[in-house]
Amino acid sequence: MRKIFPLSLRPLAFLVLLAFMFLGSGFYAVAQTVTVQTPFDTETVPNPVPIQATTVREVLEGVFADNPRLRGYIVDERGALRRHMIVFVDGRQISDRERLSDRVGPRSEIYVMQALSGGS
Amino acid sequence: MIKRTLLVATRKGLFVAEGAGKQAQVTRAMFLGDHVALAVVDRRDGNWYAALDHGHFGVKMHRSANRGETWTEISVPEYPLKPNGFIDKDIWGHDREWVTKGIWAIEPALDADGALWCGTVPGGLFRSTDRGRTWTLVEALWNHPTRVRWNGGGGDDAALHTICVDPRDPRCVVIGVSVGGVWRTRDGGASWRPHTAGMKASYVPPELAEWPEIQDPHHIVQCPAAPHVFWCQHHMGIYRSTDDLASWHELHAQPSSFGFVVAVHPRDPDTAWFIPAHSDQKRTPITGEVVVTRTRDGGKHFEVLRNGLPQRMAYDLVLRHALDVAPDGDQLAFGSSTGNLWVTDDQGDHWHVLSNHLPPIYSVRYT
Repeated sequence: MRKIFPLSLRPLAFLVLLAFMFLGSGFYAVAQTVTVQTPFDTETVPNPVPIQATTVREVLEGVFADNPRLRGYIVDERGALRRHMIVFVDGRQISDRERLSDRVGPRSEIYVMQALSGGS
Repeated sequence: MIKRTLLVATRKGLFVAEGAGKQAQVTRAMFLGDHVALAVVDRRDGNWYAALDHGHFGVKMHRSANRGETWTEISVPEYPLKPNGFIDKDIWGHDREWVTKGIWAIEPALDADGALWCGTVPGGLFRSTDRGRTWTLVEALWNHPTRVRWNGGGGDDAALHTICVDPRDPRCVVIGVSVGGVWRTRDGGASWRPHTAGMKASYVPPELAEWPEIQDPHHIVQCPAAPHVFWCQHHMGIYRSTDDLASWHELHAQPSSFGFVVAVHPRDPDTAWFIPAHSDQKRTPITGEVVVTRTRDGGKHFEVLRNGLPQRMAYDLVLRHALDVAPDGDQLAFGSSTGNLWVTDDQGDHWHVLSNHLPPIYSVRYT
């Protein structure tokens, strides 16, 4: 089991999560700097915690557990992805925007980004 | 000083400003109360065209043959029915509607009198050969295999907002789509190729960053006197092509390279104007100062022009169709989303306010 590296929030246009699966252990560790456009400009995320994840939902829950404030910016009160957010797993958009059940594979790269459609 | 007429399309009507340079005044209002997305002139025959969005009643188009004294409603481009079984979904997985939701570009098609090109939301290009009585979808572009990956930029659907008709060959047309890239036909629309080499996007994972259809050109202009030179205000910054779109190279302006508009001098391909906003995240002027940036050397250097523009607590945003340069290259006009309208008659050295009291401005265009 690995630790999440410290996360930091900056007012940039995307949030990047990298999930690495360590074969044989069945665990993922999210080990990446997170940048996301939010009204709060700079914030240090609390201490890293381990994540065990096989789906996008589990990866995000791991991140939210470490940084609860992030949740409301990415998903709505139902837990569904907000309308103008997009999640890519290995370069492909996820198909399940409500339950976030898309599988995360070994060494998957997950990007949580804003669609340009939302801005003007 | 040449007297000019300026068409100002706004959230609540079409306004006309007339006069020479700083002596110009807003003199007339038409379609008052209606959302006018765009108003342009066909300089070949003097017809004015206006694109309206009535919301509940849909998108409409009108033409005036007498400089706005009277208007005739003409046809609106209409999409064909989506073929059964054809998969066309947006990035949220919803079925994309083949319905005209907006008119974002109207340009004369120079290969036949009265012929027009029209760019729409959700991304289709249309052509008329009878001054808008009838329209035909350019199917080769709409049916291009990458088109289903076009998406919205600012709205939920892709918008075809730029049409550059090549002065050397009217069958050669460049279009810009947010978000769908830069495309060119050399055969009047029968075939299309992307032209985005050099452009990169950071709003997608790195492996997609150079895909043509992922590029978001906010606006593109082609220099009439040097048509191998193009300027683009892209979502990621400013790009220029000097090799007839074989490649683009990025330029860096201060105080910012983010914005929506670009204008090029009609006779000097090295002179161009931009109106910067802070950034993608903060679409307002930097530190409350409205400025225009101008380069005279092809983008090596940018001057910041602020004379006559508000410099304190001003938050005007200038949308992609809301800057225009007159054919003389000296007069320019721009309008803001907060309803302010400025003109210059010395290429931007001095600006003069024509109105502080208009509705949100979507486009300005010299007739």
